[in-house]
Amino acid sequence: MDMKVSKKLGLKERYTMMTRDLAWDTTFQPMDKVFPQVGYEGIKIHDWDQWEDPFRLTMDAYWKYQAEKERKLYAILDAFNQNNGHLSVTDARYMNVLKLFLGSTPPLELMAARGFSMVARQMVGAGPRVACMMQSVDEYRHFQTQIHSISNYNRFYNGMDEFAHQQSRMWYLSDGKSFFDDAITAGPFEFMVAIGFAFEYVLTNILFVPFISGAAYNGDMAAMTVGFSAQSDEARHMTLGLECIKFMLEQDPDNLPIVQRWIDKWTWRGTRKLASVGMMMDYMLPKRIMSFKEAWEIYFEQNGSALFNDLARYGVKVPKCFAQTIEEKEHITHQSWIGFYMKPDACPFHTWIPAPDELDWLSEKYPNTFDKYYRPVLEHFDKQEKAGNRFNNKTQPMNCQVCVSTIKFNEPGDPMEMCFRETVYKGEKFHFCSDHCKEIFEDEPEKYVQTFISSHAALQGKCEPEGTDINAHDYRPGARMHAYWRMDKRATGDFNGSEDQKNFAEWRHQATKN
Amino acid sequence: MTSNAFIAFQKNEETRCIVEAIVDDNPDAVVVDQPAMVKVDVPGRLVIKRATVEDKMGRDFDLQELQLHLITISGHLDESDDEFVLSWQS
Repeated sequence: MDMKVSKKLGLKERYTMMTRDLAWDTTFQPMDKVFPQVGYEGIKIHDWDQWEDPFRLTMDAYWKYQAEKERKLYAILDAFNQNNGHLSVTDARYMNVLKLFLGSTPPLELMAARGFSMVARQMVGAGPRVACMMQSVDEYRHFQTQIHSISNYNRFYNGMDEFAHQQSRMWYLSDGKSFFDDAITAGPFEFMVAIGFAFEYVLTNILFVPFISGAAYNGDMAAMTVGFSAQSDEARHMTLGLECIKFMLEQDPDNLPIVQRWIDKWTWRGTRKLASVGMMMDYMLPKRIMSFKEAWEIYFEQNGSALFNDLARYGVKVPKCFAQTIEEKEHITHQSWIGFYMKPDACPFHTWIPAPDELDWLSEKYPNTFDKYYRPVLEHFDKQEKAGNRFNNKTQPMNCQVCVSTIKFNEPGDPMEMCFRETVYKGEKFHFCSDHCKEIFEDEPEKYVQTFISSHAALQGKCEPEGTDINAHDYRPGARMHAYWRMDKRATGDFNGSEDQKNFAEWRHQATKN
Repeated sequence: MTSNAFIAFQKNEETRCIVEAIVDDNPDAVVVDQPAMVKVDVPGRLVIKRATVEDKMGRDFDLQELQLHLITISGHLDESDDEFVLSWQS
């Protein structure tokens, strides 16, 4: 009998058979009842089959490559830990990058995992559903591996163990939390623009590419391998976000104004979130490789313009905030670091005044702004600290009702003036860091009146240990914030004189002497 | 001005061959070396050809193996068994 040998299927055919051909339309219930969420936002979709994941990754191939990534990652992590790798980082200030990263990033990865598994259920087409499911698994992997990579540091350094508790309570972690809370409570398409576009395309390109490349040159192989391993998934995620935007625009011209509003909103929200990432690059990496400004130019101005020029054929305009972000790139990291420096008791990581050669690096990288506005402030603080008068602002910060950043950025066009906006809604006053956040609020006030801002809530007596009588005559709101945050005192204050600084020096000495 | 399509990889033995293949197949490619990573910019359209990578590596290569080394990309993607293409229409 003749055996017919069938030809191996090509990538496109394999993808079609292993994704779309495995999906079916429901018959017991109409499709629009099974997938109601895709209609809520006003986006019109006529043919879900037009959506194809450009990576054409089938489930079997996905498991195969992800498993290999994990094996590589854990081999490096094990080797790093076995080799006392934590003592080979540039200096002990570096650990503070990890503390900020641990509080701000893994919890957001977990929210992304939850968001994408929701959207995977809500989308109608098999292409986006499979891609969202894979992304959900990826995000869960990032959440876990980031925590694993830092857990070894937690054995030696202070301020890492309460990150999960602090994530929803700490004033400076609220911006990231609010970003994801906002996205996950939107509809599926807005979520895709928020995370797939703004978070993946704008934010992670800066967090995981130049920043992680910097971590590698600061001797942190653990962060490097985790960061690059995560980012290898992000290329797929960005493609998914971009595909979603194209798909909406191609399906119906009525989708354009909705998509434009989301691009405007989420580009701005992503930009605000980036201030602290930029600060990590400019101030917290002892060995610097690229300024935030340079990274912003490559990954947002050039790469973002490439995208917006491309989308112009659908009528998409450059986001409204674009010009303001270009102005701000020379300011925000300095304003952020100074903001953190001024609150040494309120962060579970240390701050410091950069060394003279580091100030010179900043002068060189920011010729238009650093010497004029920021170097004198830092040098003044340095003098004060040496005179035994280290700056310490013990008040609660004021946060923006939309992005929940502390209100600290400058008025557009005037670096010496703080930008502050307010609006009244139903008799109550709300405060914002910028015109863009005010506009976002005014588009959906019922959503943003609900924002939880711990530094404001504390003053209302809402962040107290159980049993506190907030009507007692000697009650002082906010006085017990350290207990509310579960703050390890050893992790607070200036880096100079900290236990981390002392231990690191001692351990490194022990590692090289007998 | 034509926008750059780009791709970045972790720096390792496999990606050394992949980058060599990109440079051969894209005459306008600009290779940017950065700590622990390498980025390749090409105006408008960047193509990675399986055959060229196989030639550089001296073994069979599945383009989906790129997943293991990728850091980031820019451009619309079109992937087949033989080519991995990133491009901007503007």
